[in-house]
Amino acid sequence: MSANFSVLDRKLLRDLWRVKGQAAAIIFVIGAGIALFVMSSGMISALDETMRAYYERHRFADVYAPAKRAPNSLLADIRALDGVAGAEGRIRGAGLVALPDVDAPISASVVSYDVDASAPINRLYLVEGRMPRSTYPDEILLLDAFAKAHDLVPGDNLAITMYGVRHTFQIVGLALSPEFIYALPPGDFVVDDARFAVLWAGREAMEAAFDLDGAFNEVVLVTSRGANEDWLIDRLDDILSPYGATGAFSRDDQLSNRFLVEELAQLRTTGRVMPPIFLGVAIFLLNVVITRLVQTEREQIGLLKAYGYTNREVGGHYFKFVAVIAIGGAIVGWLGGLYLGRLIAGIFQNYYHFPFLLYEPEFRTFWLALAFSNIAAAAGAFTAIRGAVTLSPAVAMRPPAPPKFKRGAAAARYFFSLLDQPSRMIIRRLSRQPIRAALTTLGIGAAMGLSVMMRFNTDATDYMLDVSFNVIDRSDVFVSFVEPQSEKTVYELSSIDGIIYVEPFRASSVMFSNDRIEHLGSITGLPADPVLNRAVDKDLRSVDIRGAGLVLSEQLAELLDVKVGETLAVEVREGRRPLLDIPVTGLVEAMIGTPAYMTTEALNRQLKEPGRISGAYLKIDPAKRDQVYDELKNVPKIAGVSLRREAYENFKKMIDEGPGTFRYIMTIFAVVIAVGVVYNGARIAFIERHHDLASLRVLGFTKIETGYVLLGELFLLAIFALPIGAVFGYWLWAYFADALSTELYQIPIVYREDGLGYAAIIVLLSTIAAGALVQRDIGKLDIASALKARE
Amino acid sequence: MASFDEATAPHSNDGQPIYRTQGVTKVYGEGPAAVHALRGVNLEIPTGELVVLLGPSGSGKSTLLNILGGIDRATDGSVFFQDQDLVAMTDRRLTAYRRAHVGFVFQFYNLMPSLTARENVELVAEISPEPMAAMEALALVDLDNRADHFPSELSGGEQQRVAIARAIAKKPTVLFCDEPTGALDSKTGVTVLTALQKLNRELGATTLIITHAAATAAMANRVIHFADGDIREITENDSPAPADHISW
Repeated sequence: MSANFSVLDRKLLRDLWRVKGQAAAIIFVIGAGIALFVMSSGMISALDETMRAYYERHRFADVYAPAKRAPNSLLADIRALDGVAGAEGRIRGAGLVALPDVDAPISASVVSYDVDASAPINRLYLVEGRMPRSTYPDEILLLDAFAKAHDLVPGDNLAITMYGVRHTFQIVGLALSPEFIYALPPGDFVVDDARFAVLWAGREAMEAAFDLDGAFNEVVLVTSRGANEDWLIDRLDDILSPYGATGAFSRDDQLSNRFLVEELAQLRTTGRVMPPIFLGVAIFLLNVVITRLVQTEREQIGLLKAYGYTNREVGGHYFKFVAVIAIGGAIVGWLGGLYLGRLIAGIFQNYYHFPFLLYEPEFRTFWLALAFSNIAAAAGAFTAIRGAVTLSPAVAMRPPAPPKFKRGAAAARYFFSLLDQPSRMIIRRLSRQPIRAALTTLGIGAAMGLSVMMRFNTDATDYMLDVSFNVIDRSDVFVSFVEPQSEKTVYELSSIDGIIYVEPFRASSVMFSNDRIEHLGSITGLPADPVLNRAVDKDLRSVDIRGAGLVLSEQLAELLDVKVGETLAVEVREGRRPLLDIPVTGLVEAMIGTPAYMTTEALNRQLKEPGRISGAYLKIDPAKRDQVYDELKNVPKIAGVSLRREAYENFKKMIDEGPGTFRYIMTIFAVVIAVGVVYNGARIAFIERHHDLASLRVLGFTKIETGYVLLGELFLLAIFALPIGAVFGYWLWAYFADALSTELYQIPIVYREDGLGYAAIIVLLSTIAAGALVQRDIGKLDIASALKARE
Repeated sequence: MASFDEATAPHSNDGQPIYRTQGVTKVYGEGPAAVHALRGVNLEIPTGELVVLLGPSGSGKSTLLNILGGIDRATDGSVFFQDQDLVAMTDRRLTAYRRAHVGFVFQFYNLMPSLTARENVELVAEISPEPMAAMEALALVDLDNRADHFPSELSGGEQQRVAIARAIAKKPTVLFCDEPTGALDSKTGVTVLTALQKLNRELGATTLIITHAAATAAMANRVIHFADGDIREITENDSPAPADHISW
């Protein structure tokens, strides 16, 4: 192989070896950008393809239409609708699972499942065990993740309270469902495998448990290609409204699917925004390195040309130099991206339950990575290579003109008079190469920006959690009822020993509309003077919700394009289903969900259902917690129980694992950029000024003093870069926060000085580390030989 | 930076040699490829003299100068500056020694391109305990009128005189000049040598000059002839000629 290497190629390899440190730094910067691209692209295809295949093979429903009690006979009408490929009426209810070794009640969703159907909608994926037999009503399937979290296996029994009646089922199999990829318990925001169960039971058992003989309470349907979903949803609402429909919705609004789709959108944003930043920095670094190389090799270039090498060969030689680095970056990035992809895919599988999630190396992305990094390399090297190509041999053989420096204006001279000579050298050098200085500043600024963004991200999620769990919702336990109850239930709950305070709420699902904009949501009724769950404004002060109007979260107001003082049309989806016009009287800050508030009293008045409540926020005595949990399991009206403290902890855990891991990676990448930029800058400056530095050493300057002349420049630029990076990071974060905010949760743009300080420390430490590498070179400087002649 | 025994290092020490070397050797590389630059040099240099080192390229004179100046180390032997052994010094002490006592003038001037003439002088003055004013040093080499020019704006002879001003601004005990006229034409070279001789007389700094130009020997108190890494001959000159009488 080496026999085939031309002499020029051998020179190339030696040149590369000589600048190996710098080449490695650039390879890592390119690699970081490529890795993010490969990771996000790989995750997007893995998730997207897995999701698509899973949905299709398991006939994931396109439309859901919940109702209260609809006779099975309606199904024929529904199936006859234009565009319906299949429809099933099923029974879906809530229950509380009691496990012998778990004190707290566990919310469960119970869904009827027709084991005899030939092509069931939302077909289950059996992980373990077998399907239940239709003639054995006590046989059920259990959500695999929940079973694993509690070491339940087929053959075990499971007790569940539904409608106040305790049933014992036998688990015969563990299953996954396309409906519960992200299995979120009602009233929570984060999955917790141990805290939410899904059971699939036979029709017969469900009819008995929910008193729905010959009836269903939810239609799921798959549409045929080209079906008009909006029209179908309207028809379903028409058909089901006499039977207590709360409003049909499409797959887009199905919770599990929505989380997945939003996760994909986040990955896309990352994949789009991040890699260009890294490649931009790499372009600059390559530019500096190759420009320097061509400068030092002027004479050699002249010689090559004088001997008859063509411009093309000379240009090609230098392009190969950057191409080797680019290819190295692509390889490092691709492998790094695969590793990150696997890592992130592993974390995903803790939250998203797929029967399979294939994260396969995508060779397509390798070629793209190669193309991107080579384009970046070519862009970075373009001017330098053009310089090499156009250099005439005669000019090249002469040494370059000595550097010229200029005296500044009077003001600058006064400023200079305050500085010692080494500092003057620093300032003069910066002013002599302002473009390089500016680009170095931008490069370090990019590192600062990433670091700031990551820090703001942390601060924002902390703030979001803090506000949501310590300011807005200060309860310990949240309970929801099977259906609205009389206010007397408050006394019933209050009488449980250990419950200190009960704050009831009323919730009603409604369709908001403002002109043509419609939004399926709900109105929450709170006490006039709420304590545990409050509506707060931007400054986190309680908002007075008394009055006849609606107080909307800002996100909802924006969604509906409605302002304070305007009136919203509200179509209530339960009870008498009144059509109301309600004025908007205020706006509140909400970070989780898009709530709309009124007082319970006002809401009930509008609903013409005085004295009804849907659930309650509870404050409990921590010492009597287990006792309270025990009692709650026996309250028949309770459909779901959510433990706020655990939800909070879970949320934190999820953020540490998912975005937390990602932040950690990004911080490392920010360090890669800062070290790469500073190390390159310092190495180049060291080589360029080898002679001057040796002279300083001879003149009696210590290593540290000499290092100051060399590295002071870069530290100064790093300090200039901090405010630039802070602004860039803020901007980047604002962009991300906006792109990542959804109806499910809004990410606030929090600005905190200590976040900036933290980011600045990371950047400055990286700068110092890179400087230290070059400071070592100063220590090794052979001062006697350095004085012999210019290079 | 710790100062280097300022109290114990007077500029004159009553006829005692300022440098004393015993069996100094310097070997570059190892094994068969080893180059013996110095092969056991024994030498005494009296304080305050102007000494010229003559000899062909590779004869070891620059190596000796570097060792005496504290920018290189002997492989073996002893090198005493007054009563202090340079061979035994740490890097740190050597730096302090250069800082306190030694002025260098190089063939290629080695000025900082980003500093003006005055600033180049101040660069050294700033790290010296009792420097002379930069303008005074420049006046000694007749360059006070060019003080605010950058090296790129000065001729070769002017640059070399700035380098000399820089070397003397710290009031050095010894002044080392490695081929100070090597890059200059004869006429300019004479102005540089004149400046060096004047400074040797006025400041009393022991001055060692390496040169290829044998005619320079006429201005020295002492001429050391080098060949093959050792001293071949030392000649003393009781009545040195003025530098401006020299030509080559």
